[in-house]
Amino acid sequence: MLGYLLVAPVVVVVVGFLAYPFYLALSTSLTDKVIGGEPHFVGFKNYETIWQNSVYRQAIRNTIVFTLGSIAIKLPLGFVLALVLNERIRFRKAFRSAVLLPWIVPAVLSAMAWLWMFNGNFSVLNYIIVHLGLGRGVRWVTDPNVAMFSVTLVNAWRGVPFYGITLLAGMQAIPSELYEATAIDGAGRLQRFRHVTLPLVMPILVITLLLSTIATVSDFNVIYSLTGGGPFNSTQVLATYSYATALGAGRMGEGAAISLTMFPVLLALLVLEVRYLTRRQA
Amino acid sequence: MRTGRLGQTLVYVPLVLLTFFLLAPFYWMVITSFKPDPELYSASISPLWVWHPTLDHFGELFSKTAFFTWLVNSFVVAGLATGIALLFGTMAGYAMARLRFRGSGLIGTAIFATYLVPGTLLFIPMYQIVNQLGLLDTRWALVVVYPTFLTPFCSWLLAGYFRTIPGELEDCARVDGCSRLGAAARITLPLATPGILSCGIFSFTASWNEFLYALTLTTSSDQRTLPLGIVATLLNTDAYPWGKLMAGALLASIPVAIVYSFFVEHYASGLTAGAVKG
Repeated sequence: MLGYLLVAPVVVVVVGFLAYPFYLALSTSLTDKVIGGEPHFVGFKNYETIWQNSVYRQAIRNTIVFTLGSIAIKLPLGFVLALVLNERIRFRKAFRSAVLLPWIVPAVLSAMAWLWMFNGNFSVLNYIIVHLGLGRGVRWVTDPNVAMFSVTLVNAWRGVPFYGITLLAGMQAIPSELYEATAIDGAGRLQRFRHVTLPLVMPILVITLLLSTIATVSDFNVIYSLTGGGPFNSTQVLATYSYATALGAGRMGEGAAISLTMFPVLLALLVLEVRYLTRRQA
Repeated sequence: MRTGRLGQTLVYVPLVLLTFFLLAPFYWMVITSFKPDPELYSASISPLWVWHPTLDHFGELFSKTAFFTWLVNSFVVAGLATGIALLFGTMAGYAMARLRFRGSGLIGTAIFATYLVPGTLLFIPMYQIVNQLGLLDTRWALVVVYPTFLTPFCSWLLAGYFRTIPGELEDCARVDGCSRLGAAARITLPLATPGILSCGIFSFTASWNEFLYALTLTTSSDQRTLPLGIVATLLNTDAYPWGKLMAGALLASIPVAIVYSFFVEHYASGLTAGAVKG
């Protein structure tokens, strides 16, 4: 009895603010609801409409490119970061705290620092490129061919410390006896990595990768504050496009349909993550 | 382990390069916030250093913008949301760890799963719900909404933490005449302080950094929290906002940076607690 009493508030929170909104999102996506208007049931019309919309299909492609691109940068860099922080280095504590900064500072604020570095007239990146004689500078967020690279880079920059610090926690949980044993067997640095470090951090890597994929697929902050999905929708992802449709243009029903198309992918990742964690705890 | 010159290079070169990559934008943020406008928008002065440092941008932030109001809002919202999340999270975490009741396993899994549901999926219905509650465009909307993503994480993390504290300690107290809750409050709760602290840090910074719900649910400047206030207001109203923007970003980042620098250890272990202990 006491058990039910104690979990009641959380259940209320979960049902009232997660299950109900989710139901509401589903039902809204089946209506022609606009902000300030009454909803009318229209069946799957919103889904048909968005499917015929080329911007929506581009947003799907962009979401995939953005997610895969960002992970391809942050996973290896984060792994290297964890490896070097796991070595006996000077000022290790200071390094470990400092490199965490990109991940803990509010995303939209650090994105502002990047936006200023990407600035059309006073970009410090272009200043460096020009002064090193490497070229004439890049229109980082205003060139449709470059903008996707820029937003991906900033998202990856935020994610590197997350991989680094969780993988480091995994590496430090490896008993040093294992390393000593392999050292006695005459294993080199590379062999130690392949036969001890890699297999033993693999579980944490999988968990981190799943968490990070969920967060990257649904990232809104970085793209919204750097490009708003532009120029010419070249960085438009499902998160920014559903926001623009639902609250920018006021078409709530259509916006809900756009955001819900992320759901199957997120659900699959979520089920994998939960199963993986509960299996390991059992 | 023995490390030769080659080993040293293999470690320090990537370390320095990565640290540079990760911290360079902050260097840029800091020096921009101290540069006078003529220096910021000049093509002839090297931008890599501050030649005539000034505090003007910080002053203007407080005298010409609603920065102080956003700061207060951020503290109010993050503080209250954290309090709610800790209270509910401790209750549920304790119940899941200690009390056997039908459906406790299912509730535990459901709670963890909801923590992973991103706001991007829920901001549209949340707008409708907050509208029905009459809280649209108030900071109270955020106080109500933020615990929805904080509480599940806190419950889950604290349940794991409570499991590491031996139940026998409570049994002893109950033999000596304590009630179930009395024993929990006097024995288990104090021992769980590090776990509760981790949850508090997580909740506070997650609320402090949240952007999408704040953007969706508040439109008046005096209801906004810091990140939104800085980005939405400064970027749109000032032709050359970069000095003030970076000064604001710097000030708004300091509280979370301080909190984390003290608790990195806790945080990393808390984050992977479930995984490492498996």
